[in-house]
Amino acid sequence: MLNYVLSRLFTFVPTFIGVTLISFGFIRVLPGDPIVVMAGERGLTAERYAELEAQFGFDRPLYVQFWEYLTGVLQGDLGNSFVTKRPVWDEFFALFPATLELSLCAMIFAVVIGLPAGVIAAVNRGKFYDRALMSTALIGYSMPIFWWALLLIIVFSGNLQWTPVSGRIDLIYYFPDPTGFMLIDSITSGQKGAFGSAVRHLILPTIVLGTIPLAVIARQTRSAMLEVLGEDYIRTARAKGLAPGRINGVHALRNALIPVITVIGLSVGTLLAGAILTETIFSWPGIGKWMVDSIFRRDYPVVQGGLLLIAVAVMIVNLTVDMLYGVINPKIRKR
Amino acid sequence: MLFKHTISLGLLMGALGASVASAQSLVYCSEGSPEGFDPALYTAGTTFDASSHPLYNRLTEFKVGTTEVIPALAESWEVSEDGMTVTFNLRQGVQFHSNDMFTPSRDFNADDVIFTFNRQKNDDHPYNGVSGGTWEYFDGMSMPDLVESIEKVDDYTVVFNLSRPEAPFIANMAMDFASIVSAEYGDAMLEAGTPEMLNQAPIGTGPFAFQAYQKDAVIRYLRNDNYWGDPARVESLIFAITPDASVRYQKVQAGECHVTAYPNPADIQAMKDAEDIVVMEQEGLNVGYLAYNTTMPPYDNANVRRALNMAIDKQAIIDVVFQGSGQIAKNPIPPTMWSYNDAVVDDEYNPELAMEMLAAEGVEDLNMKIWAMPVQRPYNPNARRMAELMQEDFAKIGVTVEIVSYEWGEYLSRSRELDRDGAILLGWTGDNGDPDNFLAVLLGCDGREASNRAQWCHQPFEDLIQQAKVLPTQEERQPLYEQAQVIFKEQAPWATIAHSVVYMTMRPEVDGYVVHPLGGHIFNQVGLSE
Repeated sequence: MLNYVLSRLFTFVPTFIGVTLISFGFIRVLPGDPIVVMAGERGLTAERYAELEAQFGFDRPLYVQFWEYLTGVLQGDLGNSFVTKRPVWDEFFALFPATLELSLCAMIFAVVIGLPAGVIAAVNRGKFYDRALMSTALIGYSMPIFWWALLLIIVFSGNLQWTPVSGRIDLIYYFPDPTGFMLIDSITSGQKGAFGSAVRHLILPTIVLGTIPLAVIARQTRSAMLEVLGEDYIRTARAKGLAPGRINGVHALRNALIPVITVIGLSVGTLLAGAILTETIFSWPGIGKWMVDSIFRRDYPVVQGGLLLIAVAVMIVNLTVDMLYGVINPKIRKR
Repeated sequence: MLFKHTISLGLLMGALGASVASAQSLVYCSEGSPEGFDPALYTAGTTFDASSHPLYNRLTEFKVGTTEVIPALAESWEVSEDGMTVTFNLRQGVQFHSNDMFTPSRDFNADDVIFTFNRQKNDDHPYNGVSGGTWEYFDGMSMPDLVESIEKVDDYTVVFNLSRPEAPFIANMAMDFASIVSAEYGDAMLEAGTPEMLNQAPIGTGPFAFQAYQKDAVIRYLRNDNYWGDPARVESLIFAITPDASVRYQKVQAGECHVTAYPNPADIQAMKDAEDIVVMEQEGLNVGYLAYNTTMPPYDNANVRRALNMAIDKQAIIDVVFQGSGQIAKNPIPPTMWSYNDAVVDDEYNPELAMEMLAAEGVEDLNMKIWAMPVQRPYNPNARRMAELMQEDFAKIGVTVEIVSYEWGEYLSRSRELDRDGAILLGWTGDNGDPDNFLAVLLGCDGREASNRAQWCHQPFEDLIQQAKVLPTQEERQPLYEQAQVIFKEQAPWATIAHSVVYMTMRPEVDGYVVHPLGGHIFNQVGLSE
């Protein structure tokens, strides 16, 4: 197992270098000069432009800039945002817990509902439950996030007033946030009602963000289950008179899980980087919106550093998924 | 078990409806995050709302709801006869805020004024490069050239020596970049090795003191009980950062915020009809325009430009592009600005006459480019749509239009070029409420190849605005600016399109909110009725 982990970690190195290069190159390929964008309609004089160019280091050759960036990254320095002037590192860690918390909740929601739905559909192949569940999953998959989010807000926050419209916690609660995870910080704050408020604020964004992964997981589980249910050993188990619950729950599901876990792993990666719409609508202070704003402002250090950190996060998730394969299927870890 | 209790209690509270903070907390759902809290480093209105208005004061300030300049940290000022020196007499007994890192040992005095401006002006000042040190507004308002030196006469008297007489200087001192910061705090943070705290943990003299900022989520302020002026009417002010306009609408309706700005134009009517939402409106201090390149034929001919202006159906633009949240512009300055010349008559919409005028000038089969901005701005919410409407309008008079666009940075750079091909859609939002800030910046000869996108330099107009710039009083300057607007209309370097209308939406219990023509959102004297 240790060798397996080490070999997986070793593949990080070229990926890391590749991501560093791409993140550096990506923002520079886009048209638009950050200094001109910063000055806006007002514009600036040629002298002032030259001053700022020197201050940001844009007057030096690209390879020098890249070398400085790379050495900075290796020393843990991702530079300062052009806009807020604060270290990219600090900004990322101020925002990332919010994204991670929401992504994990969305994923738990998607798995808890999607997995059983997929199993039920597979077991009832071609029957009413299968058709109903898969049609619902297709609708969930096709629904525009923006529309879905606003619909839920209007119904549950506006008309019924069951959930808050947006934010992470009611504004009456104010406490330090040592972990950045509102569910944890609200408990450690000791303030009465804070945890409940944090949970209520999570409900709608979790549903919205979790809808697409839920649909994908349900469909993937169904097709993987169908494949496994057609295997000889399942027929044997049935012939032996094993209870259907045991056949489906233990023998079939466990073997169907490998492709499902792959999908879950990929979805977590997408969620970490792609929660932009959900974060914007629910005023969720995460990294999705931060990255998009930075691209528009040509805030090079944030785009470079943010992409790199997100890539590392995705790599860690993928590594975890690979480990899980080993747990589920001993053949993989022995390879 | 405990968690179960907490959750069910939470759900119960939720079912009863989420409520805003206590009655003494005013919640403003703002549209974005501030870039930082030192206003001199930034240029965005969202940053100023969160920094200069609640936290700081300036030597002079704009009376809320007007562009009138009133005394603030300077109780009075005198301008020398030659206009080259301005002496400010400072207010005594003004205290700075304190925080965990700093408690002021003295009141505000001349040292703070000198520190505030010298850090922006002098390259060798220890704070010049701190937090990026991009003093865009200070530079943009030509302050490095204008201010030769600043002298302390005594603790409560400061003299600014100028390189030329400049009437708008007093109004410049009321701008956000001129917010007075504490020299003592600056020294303390420099000594502690954390000078960036000036920007991150701000200390000012304003009606609210900074409490906390959770990035992209919430900013909290507490009332400054030692404030020198009228104290704030609420105990705390909270900015709940809510980027999506539809969500802000839902939040104000659900009572999760008291005040919010920038509604979707499509929602305004429903908001006006709603019982629990109050909508306020005022013309914004901005102008959206189409600037011809007046150096290139046939646009170097004023008659051709006027003919094109007469072909534009501005009302259709207001209806379609602004969806009603705009007003037709006839002058290059907005109606809320002093010296606005209401006697000027706008070009009538008359395609037939426009066609005749073009023919009279020998212009046939004209092909032109219209540049459409790729971004949304208050003065132009949808430039592409606006350009398409103009394309249709010009087609009616036999002019073929090609719409072009570039990435925003490219757009701004390329549009400055003297030989630019095409007329450009752009606009401007005022900084200091002074007509010079529009007329000289956007239409003065010095602005060519820069902010004067029409590349227009017309001597009679230039003489008037230069003369007006150095006259000491508003009364003397006003007729010159009024005359300048008449010349502008005759010469038509732009088609003036629209001034946007600014909407503020709030709950009925909000009391004392005034829409500020300079665009800021100011809560210093806003209260909540029971």
